[in-house]
Amino acid sequence: MNDRDKSAAPGRAEVLARLLGPPGPELGCEECFTELDRYVELDLAGSDADRHVPGMRAHLEGCPACAEDFRSLRALLESESSAGASIAPRHPSSGRD
Amino acid sequence: MTMPIEIPAGDSAAPGVDESRLWLERLGASGPRREAAVVELHALLLKAARFEIDRRRASLPHLRGDDQEDLAQQSADDALAAVLAKLGAFRGEARFTTWAYKFALLEASVKVRRRAWQGHEIPITEDAWAVLADTAGSTDAHVEDTELFGALSEEMRIALTDHQREVLVAVTLNDVPIDVLAERLETTRGALYKTLHDARRKLRTALAERGFGIEGTREEAP
Repeated sequence: MNDRDKSAAPGRAEVLARLLGPPGPELGCEECFTELDRYVELDLAGSDADRHVPGMRAHLEGCPACAEDFRSLRALLESESSAGASIAPRHPSSGRD
Repeated sequence: MTMPIEIPAGDSAAPGVDESRLWLERLGASGPRREAAVVELHALLLKAARFEIDRRRASLPHLRGDDQEDLAQQSADDALAAVLAKLGAFRGEARFTTWAYKFALLEASVKVRRRAWQGHEIPITEDAWAVLADTAGSTDAHVEDTELFGALSEEMRIALTDHQREVLVAVTLNDVPIDVLAERLETTRGALYKTLHDARRKLRTALAERGFGIEGTREEAP
């Protein structure tokens, strides 16, 4: 019913992390959504995504919903990549229709 | 209808730039060319929505296959409307398809969370103090932990407004998804996260003033 694994009660560090959130500056949810596609592609390409999008990682640590969106987009692109782009055509038809 | 959509200059090195230009060109065209692009885009969004719903199947054990497909179709329809309305906001910093996918994933994930919580009451406070008490009073807790969680519990009562406390407790301790809470409170995810952020800052400041060192609490990746 939620984004977290409830198989075990949260420990001390987890409870603190949830209540107090990340220590540094972070993006808001709207900014996170705006940057999400770029951040995921940079991350998958092995680039320093955190340097290009400061505050993103902190937000993903603090916001379970945005973190889940990040994991989903990353997983989707990975599945495309491993399936030889079977989910979406890499190049759309030329549209000469 | 012709829409003058262009990838901003200076992005020629961005990944998939030719592919993205083609998408924008076709979606900005008119007649059958645009219609074909819209159909293709919808199919793309539908596949992304199905992917997301499939990932979250465990949270919807009561949902039949037909209902899941309905949810995917609704998500793709809503995502298509959002993508078409926001084409001008595409900056070309990622592939067009990656940019479009995030709309479908968002629509699907929000719909799944809301469906999973449909008919459930939102636990606001009662469970939260139990979590804090359990954590502070566990057999392996150190004296400092007991003091820290005692202070935290106290500051949650003193330093936060009722609204801040309710949002903090619901989202962080009772695992209520933020967009489910936003829907119940008739607000947005962004506005609620701002409330959560402000509450966390207040608690950090209050604990620091009491002499607790709480700079970083978790090192794990998101």
